Amino acid sequence: MELWWIPVVVVSIFVAALAVLRVSRRRGATTESVVPGTRPGPAEAPPSRRTEALGARIRSLFGGAVDDPWARLEELLVKADVGPSTAGRVVTAVRDRYTSGSDPVELVSDEVAEILAGDGALDLPEGRLAVIMVVGVNGSGKTTTIGKLASRLARAGRSVSLAGSDTFRAAASEQLDIWARRADAHLVIQQRGADPGSVAFDAVKAAEARGSDVLIVDTAGRLHTKQPLMDELRKVRRVLEKAAGRPPDETLLVLDATTGQNGIAQARAFTDAVEVTGVALTKLDGTAKGGFVLAVREQLGLPVKLIGMGEAIEDLEPFEPRTFADRLLSA
Amino acid sequence: MFDALTGRLDGIFKKLRTRGKLHPKQVDSALDEMRTALLDADVAVEVADDLLQRVRTRALSEEVMKSLTPAQQVIKVVRDELQETMGGTQATFQLPGAKPAVIMMAGVQGSGKTTACAKLGRMYKEKGKRPLLVAADLWRPAAIDQLVTLGQEIDVPVVSEGKDAVKVAKSGLKHAQREGFDVVIVDTAGRLHVDEDMMREARRVKDAIRPHHVLMACDAMTGQDAVVQARAFMREIDTTGFVLTKLDGDARGGAALSITAVTGRPVFFAGTGERPADLEPFHPDRMASRIMGMGDVLSLIDKAQENLDADRAAEAAKKMMDASFTLEDFLEQMEQVRKLGPLQDLLAMLPGVPGGKNALKELQVDDGHMARAEAIIRSMTREERRDPAMIGGPRRLRIARGSGTTTAEVNALLKEFEQARKMMKSMLGGKRMPRIPGMPNLPGLG
Repeated sequence: MELWWIPVVVVSIFVAALAVLRVSRRRGATTESVVPGTRPGPAEAPPSRRTEALGARIRSLFGGAVDDPWARLEELLVKADVGPSTAGRVVTAVRDRYTSGSDPVELVSDEVAEILAGDGALDLPEGRLAVIMVVGVNGSGKTTTIGKLASRLARAGRSVSLAGSDTFRAAASEQLDIWARRADAHLVIQQRGADPGSVAFDAVKAAEARGSDVLIVDTAGRLHTKQPLMDELRKVRRVLEKAAGRPPDETLLVLDATTGQNGIAQARAFTDAVEVTGVALTKLDGTAKGGFVLAVREQLGLPVKLIGMGEAIEDLEPFEPRTFADRLLSA
Repeated sequence: MFDALTGRLDGIFKKLRTRGKLHPKQVDSALDEMRTALLDADVAVEVADDLLQRVRTRALSEEVMKSLTPAQQVIKVVRDELQETMGGTQATFQLPGAKPAVIMMAGVQGSGKTTACAKLGRMYKEKGKRPLLVAADLWRPAAIDQLVTLGQEIDVPVVSEGKDAVKVAKSGLKHAQREGFDVVIVDTAGRLHVDEDMMREARRVKDAIRPHHVLMACDAMTGQDAVVQARAFMREIDTTGFVLTKLDGDARGGAALSITAVTGRPVFFAGTGERPADLEPFHPDRMASRIMGMGDVLSLIDKAQENLDADRAAEAAKKMMDASFTLEDFLEQMEQVRKLGPLQDLLAMLPGVPGGKNALKELQVDDGHMARAEAIIRSMTREERRDPAMIGGPRRLRIARGSGTTTAEVNALLKEFEQARKMMKSMLGGKRMPRIPGMPNLPGLG
């Protein structure tokens, strides 16, 4: 039996109880008004020493007298968004292997690279239309990643079609259009508010008719907690499967490297809904390290396939576990 | 958003609660567990440590240790500190009397700046002001188109004249002065805090238009990087406050704690959805309550007061209690509840149910089921709604056809209704008022 009625009942009772009790609402705290300039300035923080390599910091931990170097090491991983439990496990593993004289940084790097190792290449068939579906939460960088990926594939000699199945966000198809022109890709769009599945269907047919090698399907950003929107995404996948006669060859989840532990929840929800095959990790050109992909890999088995390093069309690179691990440990 | 953290803290405090009196070692182990929970919630390491240090000092004070209910005292201390770290009291966003008042929006890529600008524009429009939106993001493809489209939706004009961000912002401001707009909201390009050229551009825009408020849009899902970003923007353009975006997801929102702690500037608004109306004032007290397992009841009450009729709700309560609740009432309740928002969001606002902890919150509900139930009930005659016992086979078939469902679905709905009725009766049992979990000790309910 479905349980949708439980919240109806609970909320009804709650509201009814409030009405009966005639609860008078008292606003908790006094309201403080903030006019620009009247607030005290921020606590002055020392300038962060970004230039000093994280690896060097760990090394110095082991050189000098530090109470508990392993705890500090764990903290550094947490600061890279690896998450407290994964960081704990990584450090424990390294500690077990540690013998005085070996380089702790290299051990951590090895451990991280090992977790992330494996097939990170896009798996695209040749000789028929390859379909890539791209999904993710709002603002993660889907459209930009698609533009860069289209350009990358075009440079490799493939003819690329793009499908604008983000029919929700204002100007999404205009944005995709600009990228399509930059990457010299063919574009299938409909008006805003159109059915995303219908765009996807048309796009498969159009790409097949033109003999394109690859079709990349852009979808609207959606928070992974919004069930109706996740259902819509399932539908787009089903439509693609129906139109092409097989499921998408790749379903890429775009994750923002500045995200924290919520990235794991995102990966889980999108994988449940549309069987994600790989991750594109964006915005790695900032200070964020994207350490949560370790947990994504450990818990869901999802490999990182691409990384976004900037806004220019060539700023998309294949994922290299070793490079990523080194970056995780350096500024 | 703080659900999981809430669950963790619940577990820690349950241990504290059962022990009656606190030993410093117990406090320390609870604080250790809490540190992990906070880090899992993406609270910046330094902010978490600072907060726990303060909690420890207060928790170990004579007053708390000798209290008859030390665990309760510690819980109160943690709650207070969480609230304090998020800025303490609710900060009201005020604009000076100057005309036009100028707001500049900044932030990293994808943080939700453009949407936040449109939401602010709509808010001032609703207040009877004349807002103007200025699209000064000349970098991202189609960013201007996006704001123009949103402007049309909310009926707020958008201008973007010039070849660089500074010129666009300046000419937008001049336009507003000339045309007598009250509020100018300047959207800027997303920029990474390490991009020196772009950060300088932001400063030049700021210097050119001298905004009364410089808001930074911060994604509620941001991890440890939130403090780095917030500090960098603060240093460059002296942020006056934040808009915390995408708060309608399940991110635990540690970023809210972090950014206010390191900048000393408040979060003014929370973005809670994709529609232009989904902008709410940020309430540190509610956020703290949510962390502590009290649910976001105050927000739910706000919604209920705005959208529902108290008399009708009281009437429904009576029917629920004496079991004269019919399918017709059920339908009405669904309509009422629908006004409050998606079911999943409502669940998240409810306080945790003791014992069943987060069972209610983990429930996956789909508004589609409710829509189907409504369709089925609407296809019934009034008599059928009042006395479902009379709905036999032929009637079920007719109802299924009328509502575009199957007889199996009609059967399911009838069963669900019976379950719902039973649950209401048991929860409201007797003449006693329902004990809604978490309500007796709610802050702000007197």
